[in-house]
Amino acid sequence: MRPMRTVDSPGYARPLHPGAWWLWAIALGAAASRTTNPILCLLILAMAGFVVMARRSRAPWAYAYGAFLKLGLIIIAVRIVLQAVLSSQSQGIHVIVDLPQIPLPAWAAGLKLGGLITWEAVLIAFSQGLQLATIICCVGAANALASAQRLLRSVPGALYEVGVAAVVALTFAPQLVADAVRVRSAQRLRGYDGGRLGGMRRTAMPVLEGALGRSVELAAAMDSRGYGRTTEEAVGARRLTAGLVFGGVLGVAVGLYGLLDASVSGWLGLPMLGAGCLGAAAGLVVGGRRTRRTRYRPDPWALPEWLVVASGIGCAAAFFVVASRDPAAAVPPYPLDIPQVTVLALVGALLGALPAFLAPPPPDRRAASAVNAEPATAAGEEVAT
Amino acid sequence: MIVFDRVSVTYDDAPAPTLDTVSFVLPEGELCLVAGPTGSGKSTLLKCINGLVPHFTGGTMAGQAVVDGRSTRTHHPRDLVDVVGYVGQDPVAGFVSDSVEDELAYGMESLGISPPTMRKRVEETLDLLGLADVRHRPLATLSGGQQQRVAIGSVLTTHPRILVLDEPTSALDPLAAEEVLATMQRLVHDLGLTVILAEHRLERVVQYADQMLLVPGGGRRVRLGSPADLMRDSALAPPVVELGRAAGWSPLPLSVRDARRRAAGLRDALAGCVAPSHAPLAAAGRELASIRGLVVTYGATPALRDMTWRLDAGEIVAVMGRNGAGKSTLLKAMVGLVKPSSGTVRAGELDPARSRASQLIAAVGLVPQNPSDILYADSVGSECVLADADTHVSPGTAAGLLAELAPDISKSSHPGDLSEGQRLILALCIVMTAAPPLLLLDEPTRGLDYGAKRRLVEVLRRLVASGHGVALATHDVELVAEVASRVVVMAEGEIVADGPTPDILATSPAFAPQVAKILAPAAWLTVPDVVAALASRSAS
Repeated sequence: MRPMRTVDSPGYARPLHPGAWWLWAIALGAAASRTTNPILCLLILAMAGFVVMARRSRAPWAYAYGAFLKLGLIIIAVRIVLQAVLSSQSQGIHVIVDLPQIPLPAWAAGLKLGGLITWEAVLIAFSQGLQLATIICCVGAANALASAQRLLRSVPGALYEVGVAAVVALTFAPQLVADAVRVRSAQRLRGYDGGRLGGMRRTAMPVLEGALGRSVELAAAMDSRGYGRTTEEAVGARRLTAGLVFGGVLGVAVGLYGLLDASVSGWLGLPMLGAGCLGAAAGLVVGGRRTRRTRYRPDPWALPEWLVVASGIGCAAAFFVVASRDPAAAVPPYPLDIPQVTVLALVGALLGALPAFLAPPPPDRRAASAVNAEPATAAGEEVAT
Repeated sequence: MIVFDRVSVTYDDAPAPTLDTVSFVLPEGELCLVAGPTGSGKSTLLKCINGLVPHFTGGTMAGQAVVDGRSTRTHHPRDLVDVVGYVGQDPVAGFVSDSVEDELAYGMESLGISPPTMRKRVEETLDLLGLADVRHRPLATLSGGQQQRVAIGSVLTTHPRILVLDEPTSALDPLAAEEVLATMQRLVHDLGLTVILAEHRLERVVQYADQMLLVPGGGRRVRLGSPADLMRDSALAPPVVELGRAAGWSPLPLSVRDARRRAAGLRDALAGCVAPSHAPLAAAGRELASIRGLVVTYGATPALRDMTWRLDAGEIVAVMGRNGAGKSTLLKAMVGLVKPSSGTVRAGELDPARSRASQLIAAVGLVPQNPSDILYADSVGSECVLADADTHVSPGTAAGLLAELAPDISKSSHPGDLSEGQRLILALCIVMTAAPPLLLLDEPTRGLDYGAKRRLVEVLRRLVASGHGVALATHDVELVAEVASRVVVMAEGEIVADGPTPDILATSPAFAPQVAKILAPAAWLTVPDVVAALASRSAS
């Protein structure tokens, strides 16, 4: 047996591999996709939140979970309004309120304004909204625990160019928002009170000009720092790589769809996923051979990463089993009854919370808190305004 | 090390070549300063060195540039990474990652350098540039000086033999600029690097330079020589050189230290004279703006703490302080761009945060740090027309103001094609269209050459003479010495000093202009002051 390395110890402080966090979060999301039982959904939500609180760093993105929770609330509210108040279908018999109904023309069939609002409709809309919110919050948890940029840094060599483009896009989006805010406020300086159309043009022109200028400067900087030195190779090999990777990713997407959507026939699921993974992996290996690039301090993949991924998959597996064996627990048929919770589902949700103990603590707690204590820097000033 | 052989560069659609048959040979291990007015082709020249011109920018290049034996004709910028490190004007725009260490490693990853070597070089570079204690920090949270040093470090890790920097200190406060320049000197002295850098503020750099490349623009010849030689008749000169010329010293001093050694006689000659007080040009007038107990916070961090201040007609107040001290926030609060957490702000009779923009512009105007932010039309003429419409003044007001302040700006040109200085004056005219009695300028001299700065000084003096009040946030001590009647120094959101310009500047180690350093302890601030005093002395 291999001796235990330091990186295998869950007590040794280091950032967990971002890929492990994303796999764990996706598995949790997959578990949530199996159930509309509000208790189970809330349980998953709570477990993801618990892990985030226990293992997030102090970096700016670590506060993303709160934002995603708020987004979840909005999703639930919108869902209830659309489905229970505006839709003319799927109403039950327990009336909450009978609003005066405004007659709508024939082309608006399926819609209503006012009329009966029932408990059944509101609760079904709530539990379906909650399911969607839970899945989105799982993505939020991954965002809070792992920097998307670090994840992209560890993409395989064959996807390097795509990864760089994605990183650049990720840094540009917030920059663009900050620019728009700055320019909008600057327009006030001209004594311009505002007005929809003119305001758009006034903001868009300087922002776009600025963004274009910056991309040109970034491209110049990347070029003068050696970006693209490794791309000379045979056209055939490049096409083969691209075909394999693209086909593989397509297969993975179809396979995942088959797995997650219960209404699709079974063999579209696992076999397709497997074939897709194989294709993609082959493409990455072929493409990876050509790169002469090296990696600075790559994140290690050790025991804690395996454990975190396993806990996510365990949670998902438990929910899949519950959904197939005990559909009434996973998707409660009567919205007014108190939903059942089976032991297996409970165990599954708890499995998903294990990374709070299995993942190593983030190392930068102390160093990063010094960042936050620092008074407003010039950059901070600009972003804040 | 760098050989330019009759290099000419003509950009597409340009009427005349930007560089015209430039030839020079720069030996190894020199620190070379490239100086010239804006638009003279300094940046183009720098970009020729690593092949960004013409491979990246396009345009037609004649002749050839050879760096360490490799011609940029056949080598792309990415093939020269191990020879030339290039840092552009805005270091932040060139960052490819979000943390210090990753940024330093990026170039080496592209070269395929082995991981142990990378690790070693990153550590060495962190130490060399004094970045070890910020190594894990996200780049966005670093100060301007630190960001500039990271940008330098990120090109140093591939061990180039030439370092090219385009205006490395233009956005920095005086102390951060010195930090960066000291780093640069260390690279030249200890590592034998050839450093070539462009800079407008010669007073910061000229004493460190071994060679100077003067790019006069307008089709005139590029000259390479020792700074002392070139400074004798250069139109661009820092105050220390102008003082040397006025006092007739030869050879010309380039640093404050050289000048002080020679200045004993001058100090004696000035002993009987009283240094001018830089009092407000107009008699102190009515109050234009007042701030009482102002607190502004961004999230949990206070940017201004309990600030109390007033500004009168007829004075030019300079707001100084290191990056992040709250200067910009103060100006923004005075035009209502940031909302006070507590305290009151009054501009004239108005509360800026609660007034309509069209009312406020009649009381106070702000020219933002980046003048392009408020320009969006496709020609100077339509910019002026829109400014008239925005502020509800009679048509032609803005155009008239522009014709008065900058007659050389053509109405048909695109704002994007103007030089930095012209753009600033255009933005200033647009803000002044509604004739606000109080004008605020945020960092107006970034990227301005000496000529543009002189013109800005004239414009400001005229405004003040006609009863306006001006406040400017700036790092440019020489500009402050020339125009300001009062200086406010801020630190951590508080005012730490507020008084007449000579009292504040002459004794400050960071903010003293060169003339004050040379003639201390007497409080002389500018060369014209000294020249006038000498003239009146010899006349009497």
